[in-house]
Amino acid sequence: MQLDSLYQEIILDHYRSPHHAGLAEPYDVEVHHVNPSCGDEVTLRVELDGDTVTGVTHESVGCSISQAATSVMTDLVIGKPVAEGMATYEKFLELMQGRGNVEPDEEVLEDGVAFAGVAQFPARVKCALLGWSAWRDATAQALARTGGVSNG
Amino acid sequence: MTNARTTFSSPLDLQSVRADFPILSRELANGFPLVYLDSANSSQKPRHVVQALEDHYLKHNANVARAMHQLGAEATAAYEGGRDKVAAFIGAPSRDEIVFTKNASEALNLAAHTLGASLKPGDVVVISEMEHHSNIVPWQLACERTGAELKWFGVTEEGRLDLSNIDELITENTKIVSLTWVSNALGTINPITDIAAKAHAVGATVVVDASQAVPQFPVDVSTLGADLLAFTGHKVVGPTGIGVLWGRYELLAELPPFLGGGEMIEVVRMTGSTYAAPPARFEAGTPPIAQAVGLGAAVDYLSGIGMDKIAAHEHAIVEYALEGLKTVPGLTILGPTEAADHGGAISFELDGVHPHDVATVLDTRGIAVRAGHHCARPVHERFGVQSSTRASFYLYTTPEEVEALVDGLGFVRSFFKVA
Repeated sequence: MQLDSLYQEIILDHYRSPHHAGLAEPYDVEVHHVNPSCGDEVTLRVELDGDTVTGVTHESVGCSISQAATSVMTDLVIGKPVAEGMATYEKFLELMQGRGNVEPDEEVLEDGVAFAGVAQFPARVKCALLGWSAWRDATAQALARTGGVSNG
Repeated sequence: MTNARTTFSSPLDLQSVRADFPILSRELANGFPLVYLDSANSSQKPRHVVQALEDHYLKHNANVARAMHQLGAEATAAYEGGRDKVAAFIGAPSRDEIVFTKNASEALNLAAHTLGASLKPGDVVVISEMEHHSNIVPWQLACERTGAELKWFGVTEEGRLDLSNIDELITENTKIVSLTWVSNALGTINPITDIAAKAHAVGATVVVDASQAVPQFPVDVSTLGADLLAFTGHKVVGPTGIGVLWGRYELLAELPPFLGGGEMIEVVRMTGSTYAAPPARFEAGTPPIAQAVGLGAAVDYLSGIGMDKIAAHEHAIVEYALEGLKTVPGLTILGPTEAADHGGAISFELDGVHPHDVATVLDTRGIAVRAGHHCARPVHERFGVQSSTRASFYLYTTPEEVEALVDGLGFVRSFFKVA
């Protein structure tokens, strides 16, 4: 229950100025995801070029954790093959579900390691996963349209 | 607290009340004492209620009605005793007007299903923008099933029910008016009796969601003007797993069954069944037996203290809290900002800090509040906000706890550097 471990400066920075915020054209698929229990919402657009994520933009309302996690997620997946983004998600999920017992891999998660403290606040884990769930959904839909294969 | 505030005066001996609730003396992480400001979500339980549950399970447990043995008779007497106590607590003219459900949501769904069965295209159901989702969705479903139209009372800027167009909403086409008595999000207390009179004048049936009312002040259904009224056990210091639908007996007797199963029937034949009289008609299957015993103990406990005193305490603590919250810079109260006709819940926004973050920071100081839309999304939309933080109070809430909240909000502001 240490506040500073939850609200790391990196998280607050992403919260105050989220990356890739504001919905952009062109895009392949747009999705809208919500956390029904708390009301956080994210609208997210994905653009793929073959199996590569070329663009992710979002418009979200929600807490610092959900906004910052969405911002960090865009940095982690843009410009990468879909499969790599999905693998990063698995690493992030493992960290979130680790109850503080998982050592984060900074090579893979970059700014995402700042969310290690969230794992100790079970009520907040779903906040950190909202943007990811929107990206995975939108990407799977985009791949389905183009006949690609998702590893998600 | 830095500046002098109104002196706080309550008719309750808070120290003795709090001694009845062992959980209130708990210490949380980092040595902070629990400051429980989430009673509109679920109230804490006095020892009396937990002991009644234990006593029932350890000494009298059996199924009710259908068990032909001595324990079955004891369990039946205990369960029906709970019904008697609840009937007396809300002024029901007859014990047969008390239907036990699993919670207030089921009670409202029961109302919407059974009353809704006779709706048809052209009929109108009226609810309000400040309803809890449990008094919205069942009516949306009933209207979808029948082709009836759903209309809404608006909410004024001050957070009161907007009655300016009541004559357009309540017309001869209006069959059902279903309203919350006390808003769980805004705290607003609505003038049910006046609206019920208008509704009855056009022959409509009046349903009241009293989930936040029954815990807070004396309720007398015989004079309220409602035809059906729902509330839940766990918000009146009772156990979870039990809710109540009170209904005028003549109305209940006309309504079709809700759930089918054991105990709600008269005769079951392969060609069709006939149904028991209320309340059994609406209590299919094994009911929440121990929970009814616990709820009986809960209302006995509240009556022992006195609902009039509890209401006076709620009023005093809400007045104190409204005043304290107004001293926090950047804080905006949603709904009425004066204590008149204000229930025991206050929702607010804090500039620059999302409600979840407010709640998490308060939580690390032992202060339990609710953050989100409190199952009342439309009213948040009405005020142009996505969610809010809510502090809610009950008979055990102290002025010191309100001060801890106000101080905690100051800390939240400094932590997020908005101070």
